[in-house]
Amino acid sequence: MKKLLILILSGASLLHAQYPSGAEVMDRMDRNMSSRNRILTSTMIIHGPRSSRTIESKTWAVGDKKSYSEYLSPPREAGTKMLKLEDALWIYSPSTDRTIQISGHMLRQSVMGSDLSYEDMMDDAAYKENYDAVVIGEEILRDKQCWVVELNAKTPDVSYQIRKVWVDSETYVPLREDLFAKSGKLLKRTDLYDIKRMGNRWFPGKIVFKDMLKSGDGTEFIIDSIQFDTEIPDYLFTKASLR
Amino acid sequence: MIRFLLKGLIRDRQRSLLPAIVVAAGVSLTVLMVCYLTGVLGDFADFSAKFSTGHVKIMTRAYADNMNQMPIDLSLTGVNELLDEVRKDFPDMEWVIRTRFAGLLDVPDENGETRSQGPVMGIALDLFTPGSKEPSRLGLEKSLARGSLPGSPGEILISDEFAQKLGVVPGEMVTLMGSSMYGSMTFYNFRVAGTIRFGTSVLDRGAMIADIRDVQAALDMDDASSEILGYLPGGYNEEQAEVVRTVFNSKYSDPGNEFSPVMLKLTDQSEMLKWYLEIMEGVSFLIVFIFVLAMSIVLWNTGLIGGLRRYGEVGIRLAIGEEKGHIYKSMIYESILIGIIGSAFGTVIGLAFSYWLQEVGLDISNMMKGATIMMPGEFHAKIIPQAFYIGFIPGLFSSTLGTMLSGIGIYKRQTASLFKELET
Repeated sequence: MKKLLILILSGASLLHAQYPSGAEVMDRMDRNMSSRNRILTSTMIIHGPRSSRTIESKTWAVGDKKSYSEYLSPPREAGTKMLKLEDALWIYSPSTDRTIQISGHMLRQSVMGSDLSYEDMMDDAAYKENYDAVVIGEEILRDKQCWVVELNAKTPDVSYQIRKVWVDSETYVPLREDLFAKSGKLLKRTDLYDIKRMGNRWFPGKIVFKDMLKSGDGTEFIIDSIQFDTEIPDYLFTKASLR
Repeated sequence: MIRFLLKGLIRDRQRSLLPAIVVAAGVSLTVLMVCYLTGVLGDFADFSAKFSTGHVKIMTRAYADNMNQMPIDLSLTGVNELLDEVRKDFPDMEWVIRTRFAGLLDVPDENGETRSQGPVMGIALDLFTPGSKEPSRLGLEKSLARGSLPGSPGEILISDEFAQKLGVVPGEMVTLMGSSMYGSMTFYNFRVAGTIRFGTSVLDRGAMIADIRDVQAALDMDDASSEILGYLPGGYNEEQAEVVRTVFNSKYSDPGNEFSPVMLKLTDQSEMLKWYLEIMEGVSFLIVFIFVLAMSIVLWNTGLIGGLRRYGEVGIRLAIGEEKGHIYKSMIYESILIGIIGSAFGTVIGLAFSYWLQEVGLDISNMMKGATIMMPGEFHAKIIPQAFYIGFIPGLFSSTLGTMLSGIGIYKRQTASLFKELET
């Protein structure tokens, strides 16, 4: 009996040993998703409960900490600019000619009516510092073999206490991320599609965000063009550039 | 006989003045109490109807389910067409478009940077259409504390207390940061035309009144509004509102479509409001009942004492040969006369006080500081038809009943022992 128990336990530990560590999977994923800087133009299609709206924008970003976006269309949103510097976010509204810092509960508002909040936008992908990552299993998602990584927050001051990421075990691109509240309630789901080879990395061409507490069919974020690691002038990341 | 008794009452004031004064005082208090409690109830419903609920309110079904959160993304669309339809269907009623919204009011400094900021609850209504009753419905002119009423597009009113907190004076620009009908953050500049004081803590803490067209532009609500309010011609009437609701919902509302319009009447819109109105109605009825009963006992006692006080007089009248029945009848007639005169005077005095309270009102805003529900800061009395006769219940019937009871003693008195009684 003892021998059988030892055999089963060692078998189980051997099986578990086949999984890479959570940190390793997240590191390899970061190599795909993070870059020194990037310039991207995108189309956001917001599928509301009544109708869909399309918003085009251009974003300049340096790492996870600095980004500058300008909305190009529709006319009502055109000219609106957003500047993110570390933990601060400013919005310039051309109709009022005002630059206003967004803070507090306003950060929970939706970005242009999408399923994405400003808080989500501010959320740096600082998984290493804020979360403990553990690979909890393997699953097939959209015909791809994925590692399922569970991330549990180390501190209570993060937006989502639990994250679950499905990482393609071949390309190490996340195909899905579920964001949960502390209670375990699923709050948001992000699905990544059209994974393409871009230089030395794999990167999604389309991301679908879905706020699970909202009606509607989610928000499609289509990357029309993206350039990695090109020079971006520093003046862009100042409040003066918003006007 | 009546003329004779009347002369007696006028000439012998010792006998009639005090009972008449007591009856008049009791009746005037009863009338005042009835009018005041009716007025309080009416004011509460009226305030709610004017500011928030209307007598009936049209919303989308989805909005109605989450009404307290003011979800403008679930607002009505195509409101102008719907407005035309309901105006055709219910021509006696008045229909208005309103939007309630929430956001942050941001005050810039000379560099355009945020100087101060505070959460605001907004009401958008028709301020500029010639003949619009909305400004007077909300009593904006009366509530104006500083500055003037909005005279042109882009001008708003904000609560005086809120303005002081933000350090804003009339004439300054402020930016509304809100959420558009499509959920995106929106910014819109307004000029503060004036400040208002409603005397209602909830509104005075941070309210903003703007024209509906400005708010439609600010919140991207083209031909949309969160609500259409309807007002019945003669004030709120539960039965009439029920009829309008049933007719509207059967014609326009589709339970399968969460964006189809649905009508709710005033008492459907808040369980608390419904409960409060029911409780208030019950309590006010109880208070009036207890008060009328108490006054009846007091006035009955007056009649009783009056009868006993005249023990000697009755004895003499019996001694000189007056019929017991005649004395009893004359005392009752006398009591009826005193009751009628006292009740009439009391009703006139009570109505006069009620009229004063109806016009001037009782300011309770100081007591309402910190209140979390929307309540009027002033309560008024309301003169109702019942007020013209309710005082006669205690004033006439009770005092007469008291006299009738005390007068029974007349029949128990023996003529043989009268002189002996009168000697003592």
